[in-house]
This record gives sequence, C-alpha cells and structure tokens, in this order.
Amino acid sequence: MKTSFTVNGSPFSIDLDPRVTLLDALRDHLNLTGSKKGCDHGQCGACTVLVDGRRINACLSLAVMHDGDEITTVEGLSEDGRSPLQSAFVRHDGMQCGYCTPGQLCSATAVFREIAEGWPSHVSETLDGPYALTREELAERMSGNICRCSCYPGINAAILETAEEDAGYAEAAE
Amino acid sequence: MKPFDYQRPDTLSGAHGAARDGATFIAGGTNLIDLMKLEVMAPDTLIDISRLGLDRIVPHGDGLHVGATVTNSDLAADMRIRRDYPVLARALLAGASGQLRNKATTGGNLLQRTRCPYFYDTATPCNKRSPGSGCAALGGEMRNHAVLGTSEHCVALHPSDMAVAMRALDVTVEVEGADGTRSETALDDFYRLPGDRPDQETTLDAGDLITGVILPAPFGGRQTYRKVRDRASYAFALVSVAATVRMENDRISNVALAFGGIGTRPWRDPDVEDLLTGETPTTALFEKAGDILMKDAVLREGLEFKDTLVRRLLTATLTEMTQ
Amino acid sequence: MTFDLKIDEPHPEHRADGLAQGVLEQDNDRPDGWLKVAGTATYAAEEQADDMLHGFLVRAPKIGAVSCPNVDDVRAMEGVRSVLRDPRMIRNAAQGTANEAPAQGVDRAAYVGQPVALVVAESFEQARHAAQALVVSVEEEDKPVQPDAVEPEKPEDKSTELGDLDRAMSEAAFTVDAVYTTPSMVSAAMEPHAATAHWDGETLTLRGSLQMLKFNRNELADSVGLDPKHVRVLAPYVGGGFGSKLGISADCVAAALAAMELKQPVRVVQHRRNVFEVNTRRSETRQHIRLAADTEGRLTGLGHEALVSNLPEEEFSEPVIQGSHFAYAASNRTLGMKVARIHRSAAGSVRAPGESVGVTAFEVAMDELAQAAGVDPVNLRLRNIPEKDPESGKPFSSHRLEAALRQGADAFGWSHRHAAPRQQREGEWWIGTGMAAAFRVNMVIEAEARISLTRDGATVMSDMTDIGTGSYAIFGQIAAELLGLPLDRIDAQLGDTRFPPGSGSGGSFGAASTGTAVWLAGMEIRKQIADRLGCSEAELTLKDGKATYANKRASLRDLLSDEPITGHGHVEPGEAAEKVRQATFGAHFAEVAVSDVTGEVCVRRMLGSFAAGRILNPRTATSQCHGGMTWGIGMALTEELTHDRRDGHAVNRDLAGYHLPVNADVPPLEVHFVEELDDWAGPMQAKGIGELGICGAGASILNAVYNACGARVRDMPATPDRVLAALPS
Repeated sequence: MKTSFTVNGSPFSIDLDPRVTLLDALRDHLNLTGSKKGCDHGQCGACTVLVDGRRINACLSLAVMHDGDEITTVEGLSEDGRSPLQSAFVRHDGMQCGYCTPGQLCSATAVFREIAEGWPSHVSETLDGPYALTREELAERMSGNICRCSCYPGINAAILETAEEDAGYAEAAE
Repeated sequence: MKPFDYQRPDTLSGAHGAARDGATFIAGGTNLIDLMKLEVMAPDTLIDISRLGLDRIVPHGDGLHVGATVTNSDLAADMRIRRDYPVLARALLAGASGQLRNKATTGGNLLQRTRCPYFYDTATPCNKRSPGSGCAALGGEMRNHAVLGTSEHCVALHPSDMAVAMRALDVTVEVEGADGTRSETALDDFYRLPGDRPDQETTLDAGDLITGVILPAPFGGRQTYRKVRDRASYAFALVSVAATVRMENDRISNVALAFGGIGTRPWRDPDVEDLLTGETPTTALFEKAGDILMKDAVLREGLEFKDTLVRRLLTATLTEMTQ
Repeated sequence: MTFDLKIDEPHPEHRADGLAQGVLEQDNDRPDGWLKVAGTATYAAEEQADDMLHGFLVRAPKIGAVSCPNVDDVRAMEGVRSVLRDPRMIRNAAQGTANEAPAQGVDRAAYVGQPVALVVAESFEQARHAAQALVVSVEEEDKPVQPDAVEPEKPEDKSTELGDLDRAMSEAAFTVDAVYTTPSMVSAAMEPHAATAHWDGETLTLRGSLQMLKFNRNELADSVGLDPKHVRVLAPYVGGGFGSKLGISADCVAAALAAMELKQPVRVVQHRRNVFEVNTRRSETRQHIRLAADTEGRLTGLGHEALVSNLPEEEFSEPVIQGSHFAYAASNRTLGMKVARIHRSAAGSVRAPGESVGVTAFEVAMDELAQAAGVDPVNLRLRNIPEKDPESGKPFSSHRLEAALRQGADAFGWSHRHAAPRQQREGEWWIGTGMAAAFRVNMVIEAEARISLTRDGATVMSDMTDIGTGSYAIFGQIAAELLGLPLDRIDAQLGDTRFPPGSGSGGSFGAASTGTAVWLAGMEIRKQIADRLGCSEAELTLKDGKATYANKRASLRDLLSDEPITGHGHVEPGEAAEKVRQATFGAHFAEVAVSDVTGEVCVRRMLGSFAAGRILNPRTATSQCHGGMTWGIGMALTEELTHDRRDGHAVNRDLAGYHLPVNADVPPLEVHFVEELDDWAGPMQAKGIGELGICGAGASILNAVYNACGARVRDMPATPDRVLAALPS
C-alpha cells in the first residue's frame, strides 16, 4: 500500500505491507535505525518518535495510518547530533548502553511542549496549571521510557538543565 | 500478525459500508496492534476510523460529548474536563504513559481487552480468546485478576482506568449501528459479565461503532481517583477507586464509587452508595461499605490481598473526601 | 612487542599517579555518547542489506517431544524461504565463558519456550506470521517445575562447615533464624538479543548482541560446526547485557545456520517474549539464614544455606553464598548450596550472580540481628569485620568496608535516625531509613589489547565489548595517560574478534582486566619511545604529544617514522588470587515512605558509598553504581518473574508484566567513592564497579521499610500486598 509522509523534513513515499509498523518502516524501509525496538508492544518507550509534534510509540502504530503525517525521529532532532539536549545527555552521562536514548530524547522533546502547553500529569498537585518542570513532574512524565541501565539521574539532570537554559521553553512554561 | 486489508474511509457511512464479518475498527490501535502482533486478535480487515472527525469535545446539554477518537491526552488536558470532571482527568493521567495516551482513544479505551497473561498467551486455553477452550488462569498464577463478577469460565479483569472514572460519572456511550441508527447506552449497561461467554464483553452488536461518550452535567462536589500499583507509574492497577462525593450538613448527600482492579468490568455497586447516602461519615460506616462491596467476592488463591487492599483504600479515600 | 603480566604479586608502585597527561581518573564524557544521542551507534539489528532475510524463532508450548505437522504448509506461505528445524539450534543461551556449544536440539523441549524452529522469510512481517502459523505438537512429558518438587543436588565443593553452629545458636545471647526468598528475575536489557549473519561460503560473519566475544566465537563455531578461524563476531555497541548476553544465544546460532543454508544474510531479533525465556534468568532462591551473636552483637555463628534451581545439564548454579564466605567473622559456620534440577527456563548469570540476592537476604538478616540486639545497624557491621578471610585465613588484599560504612553514614545523616520502627509519620506515610553493607568478589581474567601509535594519534584495539559500562571511555583514558596524548587523539575500536581477545564484559572484571591489557600495551609503547630517546621507561615523561627526558624534548611526531609503534598487552590472573582474598566493599543507605493504607513503598533517597580501588572515570563509574542501586529498588520492590505452577512457563514474560523500575520509582541517588588503591589488583590498582552497586542495595530498602512501618518482608519483592500482610496491626 502506497504511503507518504514526511520524516525529519524530507518527504517519503513508500509501498508497504499494511502490517509494517511505523517503527519498522523507519528502520527497515527508510534506514533510519535511530529509533529502537525494545519490546515491540508499547511497554518500554525505546521506539518513541514525534508525530506532528506529539510523542508516540512507533511500534504500536501502523505506518499506513500515518499518511500525510510529519514524523520526527532522533536523527531529526538536530543537524549535527549536538543539540543542547543531546549535549546535556552526554555531559550528564544520561546513557550507558544507549539503546533507550533515542526514545528518551524524543520523549523529552515532547515533554517540553506538553509542559509549555500546560498539560497536567499524574503527580500534579492541581489540575489548573501551568506546571513547572520539577524533578517529580519530569520523572512521572518520562516514566514511559524505561532505562534498564538506570540512567534516570543523568537523564533527568540533562533534561532539567536544558529546560532551564532554554529561555524559549521557560517563557512558554510561564 | 495475519495479513489484512486496510481501509480508511472518509465518512461514517463509509466506515459502516466497509464493516463485515472479520473486520475491526481501529483508531489508536495501542491495544489492538499489540494483540494482533501476537495473533490473539486476527481481523482480516482493519477500518481506520481515526479521520472521521470524531475527535472533538463539544457541549451536550449541560454536559459534554466526547468524540470516540479524542485521545486520552487531549481529554485529560481539556480545561472543561479538568475543571468539571477532575476524576476523569485524574484517571486518564494515572493510566499508561505519555506516549500511549497520545494514541489511545476514548472509544478504544472503553473496549480495551483484559491484561490476563493467559489471554495473551496463545499456547494456553482461554475462553475469552477462544470460546470453549477453557481457562488457564484458573489453577494457574493469579494476581491481576478479578474477584467480583467472575465465573468458572473467566476471571479476567477489566484493565481500564478511564472507564472506572466514567462509571462513577454515569456516562452514556453513544453508538452508531451498521444501519446508521444512533443509540445511547448507559455505561452501567454497556459491559457484560463473563458468565459462560467471556468473549462477549459488551452489548455492542456486530458493526456497531462507538461514536462518542456523553458526560452528564457536572456533578460538583469532591472528586478523586486513586490507583494502587506495583510501581510508581506505567503499570496497571492492583486496585483503584474513582470517587465523587457531595456533603451537606456534615452528611454524605451524594456519592458515587467505582473500582478498578477487582471486577471483570469497571465495578460499581449501588448498595454501597445507598448505605452511605445520607449518613454521617465514620470509619465504621466505611468499613461496612467495604463489607457490602466485597460480599460476593470470590477470593481465589493469589487474590486474597485484593480484599484487604480495596477495603483499606475505600476507607481511606472516603475518610479523606468527607473531612 | 608484547608485555605479558601474570598477577602474582602486589603492585605497590602507583605509576598512574606519576604520569603527566592527567586524564586518568578524570570525569570525562564517554566518547560513544555522541553516537548514542545521534542514533548512529550500530547495534546488532541495525545493519541493512537489500537481500536481508528475516528469521523469527518459534517456541515450544509444552515440555516434551516436539513435531511440526504443518511444516510443508508453512514453507509454502508467502515469502517464506525456510523453516529451519536444525539439531544444531541451541536449547538456551550458553553460560558465561562456556567456550563451547550449549545443549542443542529441537526434537525435545526441556522447558516451555524453548526455540524449536526458525522461520525465515523475505520480510519480518511474513516471517512473524509464518512462525505463528507453524503448529508445534508436543507429546507432553511430566517434568518437575517447582524447586521443592525434587530432591536437590548438594554440591560439596560449595559448602563450608566450621565449628558447631547449632551449639552457637543455642548458646547465643541473640539469634536470627529465618527463611528469605527471592523470585526468578531477568536481565531485561533494553536491546533484545539480535543477530545478523553473513556467510560467504567460507567465513561466517555475525553481528550479535553479546558480551564476551572470544568465547562467543568459539561457542558459535562449535554450535554450527565450523573452525573458529572461519567465524568473525562483531558487537561494537551492545544495548545492555547484565549477564544475559554472556554466552552465545539462540538467535545467533539460528541466524548463522539460516545464512549458511540460504546463502543470504539473515537477521534474527528475539521477540521480547522470547527474551524472557530463551536466555538465562536469575534463579529463584530460598535462603535459610542463621545468626548467633553475643551480647554486643558480635557474631559467634553464621549459617547461610540456599536452594536454587536450573535445568539438567546446566553447570551454573546461582552462587548465593559467595559473599557470605568472607563478609563477616564468626567461628562457627555452616554454608551450603542445593540445586534443584527442574524444567523452568535455564538459569544463569544476572548482574552480580550470588551476592545480588545472597548479600541482600543476608543484610536483611543482619538488620534483624541489630534490632534484636539493640545495636545500631552500622555499628553491628563494624563490630563484625573480619581481620582476615574467616574461612581460608588469607589476608584481604585491601578491606575498606569500615571507611565505606563511616563515610556513607556521615553523608547520609545516619545519626539522626530513629532506632525503633514506626516513629515518623507524614499523613498516611510512615517514614524510615535503613542500611546494608555491600560485598562483591573481585577477579581478573585473561585479556589482551593492542595499541597502535602513529603520528596522528593512537588506536586501541580489543574484542572487548562496551555494554554501557564505559569501556570506550576508560580505555581511551588509559591509553591517553600512558602515551601523553589528549583524549581526542585516541580512537578505541572494540567489539570485533579480529582484534586481540579482551576479557569480555561480565563479572565486573572488564575494566580491570582489559584495562590492564591496554595499560600494558601502553607501557610497551612507552618503552619503545624511551629507547628512541635513550632513557628508561620510568624516566620518560609523555604529555600533550611531547616526550621529555631530562633536558631532551621531542614531539611524538618527530620520534615516529611512518611505521606505527605498536604495543600488545596481555594480562593473566596469577598467584595473587591464591595468596589474598580480594573483594570490593560498600555501604547502602535508603530512606523510604510506606503507605499505611496501601502498603506502597516510595524510595525517597538512596546513598551508596563504594570502595573499588582506583576509579578510572568517576562519571561512568557513578552511572554504573546508579544502575546497581536502581536494580536494588527493582529487587526489593517490583521485579518478579512468575512461573506457572503446572508447566513452569514464565507467565509475565513481557515488560508490562515484569516490572522494571521506571523513572518515577527512582529517587535522587548519591554515590561516593572511598579512596582505595588495591595493590593486588594489578598495575592500575583498580577493581570492578559494575556489580557492587546492586549487592545489598535492596536490603537497605527493605530495612528502611521495617524501620518506617515495622513490616519485615522476607519474601521479595515487597509489593504492596506483601507489605500490608507484614504490617503490624
């Protein structure tokens, strides 16, 4: 089945078995192997990508359902792989084996926007918003990305530091 | 995953037109694709309803109409839901992960299948997956299973958080039949007990499509959703409670309580609410409510803890909400 | 030129302290981090090829004789190229360092979940569906699947009987006599086991997700029947291992066989549900612990007897009592192991086999003794530190438990603690603190590495893997330090059996073993440079690409010709292992909140204080400790692989049912390193740090739960139901 979407700003049109998930389309058909398959069932978050700016588990979505969508993977987060967030992950050792890292980065990118838009979380004291990106808020919001090496301290430090230093984000959150 | 035909109609009537035996509607797909990968479900046609414009939340009388494909994220973030139906927002936010909530939809969440590990395991018998084959959970390992509403054919738990809150809110499910006729079913009547046909989970007929959920006028009062689970986030409930309470003159004037983690469907017992209504809140009263709630519970091996846990949760939640 | 070193003697010359570059022990980025954040690190399943075929493993649904009646129908399905039912396919992953094929065969399933076929097709989707369509008929055999259903084996060599423990118990002022259990657990590395195999008619090239390539190559060669020299294994990036990738795995052997049959590249990625079954799990344990103490809490007797399980023919048994042999002094000792041969999936090494569960249970027992004797738990440990190995009488190479305990207690603020349980409450939450000591044996295994120095910089080569441990980072630092080069002029190339055989990653020995080989290779190069400068190696200063001796000064560029200088390092364990008892030590502290309503436990903070010799890179070492401590949270509170009582199959074999700690479960973690240089550990005085962090971590949490609410949970994990059941009414 012919499917067209944009990935990291470039248009693609591919003929796919409807069974192909968005994750497998990215990895095996577009050779974008940054997104990882950890469980293939939405139970780990390693496959997290952004679709129209929102994070989803690419493993639990059929590629044909994304006709016309704009998809961003880890490869599209920056030109050189050294965005402030990516650099902060290296600096804070927010990875060990690195397998969950692309999903963590995509997820964190979406969390910035969710906070800026005033989305509440399970740990928010009230439902009124707006919300500051505290450690507790971040930990809850990033809990869909499992890291078995358990780099959560480094991951959180990297995300919090990036949030603090990114003025645009801070303004949006206020 | 079996090969299937994929269709993406532009209109509701187109969706109905595509519906036939062996076809299944798909919206978010977070549970359906999961099950199709394991061939627990194997539809031969998928009808994509994600682009039918069912993704809006609009006023409906004094309440709201929530389209079937409104995502869990959008529903939880909606200011009207947060302000007037906080128990629903809280239940949604307690479920799954940020990624899953962005895909999972309102209609799909109502229809999500049990997480019984034997249902997921095609190497074992399961009356829900394969009617008449038997139940491997009975005599096996039970922890996330039901203690209320079970039968000798099935002990599978309904896993939804959202549906528990909706049960407490007295929502109505709006359905469009294959012939285009619309009907509304109270959520209380929507889920069937397993009995001897645990594969038949709802009152939906073949070809029926959930088009939305109707929230009644805001209840006001205090509302809460509390979920107990094995880890802090991203896990199904061991036990959960959705509660709405209004007090008048230090008495409980109106209360709704629905429970997750204990029933084969989101569980609500009118006898519990009858007992509480009009009474002065006391620990003894709440403990009696627990007795009523659990009077018909069947505590199979491995599930005994649910009795203790749900009673403690009930008492603590009501204590907090009536203070 | 090769520098061979057998570690027979201590190395009191602390050469690392006198080197000039100043990058060793520095807090440096891991160089591979940049590839990982860009998504360009190449794991086992990333390789693309136009003619790549996809394999999907098929599992046995029951135990017994297996047949596949519709195999011809499946072969005829769309896209299917082969249904492999090859007797060379392996039953389960090989044990670590096996160096030969594990049990093989597809005609008889020894456990539910055993791979019995590989379906190969042109696309992943076709292979998966065809694998699901393959009917696996099993003539069921009745096999025991519960550890207590069989008479266990009692390996004599693993037991110790000293003095008279029964008598010590009867005469003691205070005793503890309790049974602790831990469930089956799994490594659950984020990258599923995966392999991509190429066969060119002579050589098999396999990209795998593996930890110990020199062994894995031999295991793979032996499995498929090739000479190892015709097998090349690559694993430059590995998405976590934690023991589950020590030995060759089913996907690798099946992919290799399929590639050889079909003469096309074949990729096999284990489905996550296979990962739970096909690779080795950590055995469940039942541990009977007895402690006898005098009025001051000094141990007079100590008993630790454990029951574990494994499949027939598996040599490994979880060495539960490994740490108890040397942790505490006590003259009357009974330690022993029992192994039940049952038909659950194979058991093998999972992060810190032995001490992870053994120390954890033992440290809960020590807390019970502290409570009984009215002695502060930190003081109880301090009072029982042995002066020498309590069983062999050998001296310790270095023993820094006291420092770890004291530093940890100070940093944590232990002195502010309420000694009695149920003293602090915030709303419905009981607050409490707990601690535990950490112990882990330390070892070096044979390893080789090569460095090639050119005018542009140096390349470090070894088949050593980096499974997240930081090998790339620390090998770069070691080479840079010895050769006097900035870090950006070192290129570490790892994970390819064409390079010299390193130790592989496992048992916390990677950094010290292969790291020492890198050190020796660097030393070898220093000697050659010193020769060119006319001095001895010790007189040579290398810094920022310049060599200095007395008033002679030359840049490396000038000293080097077009020919690179190479150095080869080779380290072997020697008599040191016989002469001294060597271990790493630490202390864990935890603060928890326990809901009086639901029994939920929330870990509010954890602190670990660790002594592991010279810390080569504090940042990567800290990350390793974070990992271990978080695994302690999982062990204490969330992780349990449940086996069906009827056929032993793993019931909750996915990441929704098996609860790894998520971000919200993990509080701020504080890590401190105790200063230590262990001269017996080799020329760098460095020991392993990858596993120490898990040993006893869970106990500090369980002890904090007790201190908070009075619930003593002896069956792990302490899920809400178990805490509620143990809560005093």
